[in-house]
Amino acid sequence: MSEMGEIKLLGAAASPFVNRVQFVLNLKSIKYEFMEEDFDNKSELLLTSNPVFKRVPVLIHSNKPPVCESLIIIDYLEETHPDVHKLLPSDPADRAVIRFWAYYIDNEFFPLYGRLRKTPDKEGKEALKKQIIERSQVLEKTFVKFSNGKPYFGGDDVGYLDVVLGCFLGWTKFVGNYNNFKILDEVRQWRNLKLF
Amino acid sequence: MADEVKLYAAAPSPYVFRAKLALSIKGVKFEYINEDLGNKSAELLKYNPVHKKVPVLVHNGNAISESLVIVEYIDEVWKGVPILPQDPYEKAIARFWAKFIDDKCIPTAFKAFGSNGDEQVVTEAREQLQILENELKVKGTKFFGGDNINLVDIAGSVIAYWVGIFQDATGLELITKEKFPKITVWAEDFVNLEVVNQALPPREDLVAFFKKMFGKA
Repeated sequence: MSEMGEIKLLGAAASPFVNRVQFVLNLKSIKYEFMEEDFDNKSELLLTSNPVFKRVPVLIHSNKPPVCESLIIIDYLEETHPDVHKLLPSDPADRAVIRFWAYYIDNEFFPLYGRLRKTPDKEGKEALKKQIIERSQVLEKTFVKFSNGKPYFGGDDVGYLDVVLGCFLGWTKFVGNYNNFKILDEVRQWRNLKLF
Repeated sequence: MADEVKLYAAAPSPYVFRAKLALSIKGVKFEYINEDLGNKSAELLKYNPVHKKVPVLVHNGNAISESLVIVEYIDEVWKGVPILPQDPYEKAIARFWAKFIDDKCIPTAFKAFGSNGDEQVVTEAREQLQILENELKVKGTKFFGGDNINLVDIAGSVIAYWVGIFQDATGLELITKEKFPKITVWAEDFVNLEVVNQALPPREDLVAFFKKMFGKA
């Protein structure tokens, strides 16, 4: 940790992508300073440290340029702090499968929530709700396979996918309640409150 | 103990090419299984039931999907010429630029080529490419990986080769030497590398395919 120097996390408490990085920092007992961003008034620091995407989270450490994008930050933390709360298995094939599901969650599942919110018409909304349920069922099947009867994707303990999906649990509940349908059922049992 | 390596593929796909190139760079012997995307094989559907897409790498029975996940896997399993940097920070930066190419460059470029020259759409695509152009300028090296290609160059093969083909297929000149001098030179250098050149699918076949796809045939 001394090679990384002082760590700052540029974020927003409401952002699930920021939350995931916070989960990992906490799990790995990494001290950091949290700097809250105002989306309506992005700071100079944010705009200069993530000029490409101009979004949080951004990991800033005192002796290197910033690291952006939540999964990339998490991978970076995993590689620089491998000894405390390992999130990924060592087998390359197992890791590849986990990364595949992280892609799925970020690219195929979560964006549906935003699309649901932006879709004005009832048919469009119903079609998206159906898609969300279908994909959440895919995730539930995946959870069953990974957890093997244990509480987490990572087995006995919180792993990579728990963090990647877990940050969306709050949103999932909200989107479900707001739109009147249940999204994740079995998966919700493993909601790891100790991370909050 | 012989390794069994199969790549479920389709020649026109730039995503398939990433996996093919990574295997070639490592000198891995593999079976190239050409899929008819209009009539997918039972094996492909078995190995990638979620997306039913190529590429899929099957290594000793383990199926891996998602082109960049496949490339990282190949780098981890087969030593030799490195594709990702060793240093965690440099690795994070490489992953970032590969993600940028996938999340921003490719979708906007595709939209531009499919847009019939819509100025706003084309401008947006060029804005993303400009970011890549600036990165090359700042780096000042031949490739994103320095003297040798790395993950970013491999991810960028769609820009180095496929964009030119899309330009021929649609008549839209998205990348010009005047507007993108660095990218132009990088693309030429990349395509002319022996390991890349030998793995690339023939241009004429691809132009014909994409002309049809973009509705210009």
